[in-house]
Amino acid sequence: MSPSGAEFIKQIKSEVEEVDPSDVESLLRAGESSNGHGPSPRVAVVDVRESDELVSGKLPGATAIPRGFLESRIEATIPDRSQKVVLYCASGARSALAANTLVRDLGYEDVVSMKGGITLWKDRGYDVEVPFAFTPEQRQRYSRHFLLPEVGEEGQRKLLQAKVLLLGAGGLGSPTALYLAAAGVGTIGIVDDDTVDVSNLQRQVIHSTATLGVAKVDSAEQAIHALNPEVKVVKYQTRLDSSNIMDILEGYDLVVDGVDNFPTRYLLNDASVRLKIPVVSAAILGFEGQLSVFAPYDGPCYRCLFPVPPPAELAPSCGANGVLGVLPGTMGLLQATEVMKLVMGTGTPLIGRLLMYDALEATTTELKVRRDPECPICSRPPEDIAPEEMGVFPDYEAFCAAAG
Amino acid sequence: MAVVKLPTQLRAAAGGDGEVRVEGETVGAVLDALYALHAELRDRIADADGTLRRFVNVYVNGDDIRFGDGLKTPVPAGAEVQILPAVAGG
Repeated sequence: MSPSGAEFIKQIKSEVEEVDPSDVESLLRAGESSNGHGPSPRVAVVDVRESDELVSGKLPGATAIPRGFLESRIEATIPDRSQKVVLYCASGARSALAANTLVRDLGYEDVVSMKGGITLWKDRGYDVEVPFAFTPEQRQRYSRHFLLPEVGEEGQRKLLQAKVLLLGAGGLGSPTALYLAAAGVGTIGIVDDDTVDVSNLQRQVIHSTATLGVAKVDSAEQAIHALNPEVKVVKYQTRLDSSNIMDILEGYDLVVDGVDNFPTRYLLNDASVRLKIPVVSAAILGFEGQLSVFAPYDGPCYRCLFPVPPPAELAPSCGANGVLGVLPGTMGLLQATEVMKLVMGTGTPLIGRLLMYDALEATTTELKVRRDPECPICSRPPEDIAPEEMGVFPDYEAFCAAAG
Repeated sequence: MAVVKLPTQLRAAAGGDGEVRVEGETVGAVLDALYALHAELRDRIADADGTLRRFVNVYVNGDDIRFGDGLKTPVPAGAEVQILPAVAGG
């Protein structure tokens, strides 16, 4: 009489070597300490569950081969039959059957099956690696991105995992923050020490009459979360200066420069070169905007373009100046576009080029920006840029003070 | 004939014009012709000795003359000469 299914599995389990999750865990940890990342090549971990079972996570570094594909795919993953192989599934039955196949039919010499499967592994509190998967809500929210082959799932995943720092939640930062949040940029940092004033509302569309007097970082956070609650907003209600810039910038993939003064722009440049973080930079005045991307060591930096700032009497940023309300919208969204391209690795970024936009004439002009071999900052290796020289240039603060 | 394009902050010194057409075969000659028309611009663009101020960039057909031949950079007929000062508004 043929055995029952349960009896058959029991019989197979008694024939293959079973190990406890704790043994697998120590094997993996030994592998990590020997080569620094992932399991040692001497141990291959294979998850034999079906692909829809993987969404809740798998063992770190495990390769997924559903049991139905085991015979056809195992050799591509593990060509060496003497290699140690750990198999697991949900509870330990399918991996026992798979282990039996590998040993009996395919000649693998050192195969074990993990007892209790990933269920027991998780119960023991060991780490799992959760593969990236879009939620049904994300699939709908970003559906127009999925339709674009240039964005697609890969591009959207990169956006969701991106960390972008906005300097200023003002004219340029407002539209940039809103559209990056809408596009699903996962983490948006905002640096601004100001509060919302009624004179801001002619152009700073992330704020509203209802948030007058509120800190701009808080007002911006409210608007971002109203648009897309899953964006993580990191608020820095402070002025960027040499004492905090390195701590704030560290860990971001990209910086969006919309600051309204030269000292901070130079400071930002030097710190971003030091940390090798690309800066998407825009500046506006009146009816005109400038836009460029400064990618440290891949292209020029801000100092290659403008070695020194203008003196205060010729630097309109030192005092209050007029600006057409929509202009920061136009320029901010060009910045947001460059951010998305850089994050997704799509298209041709505005590196080594400067785009000028004249709203009154409705004209654009493109200028070449070259890396200056004598640039005081980016002609040197990043580690040679000392903290005390960052953002330094002759007498600028004094000029600004003199201009009032 | 070259077309000199002026940014917003220099237009007041040029009677409000954003574009000025002048003769000149080098950047230096074009700028001298510009100053002859609008004397106020000289001080905004050049130092007393005529060299460009370090915070003003000049481009001939999109190329920065700092990486060309400076004020001696040739200006072909019909070229666009863009004056670009740094701006920090946000």
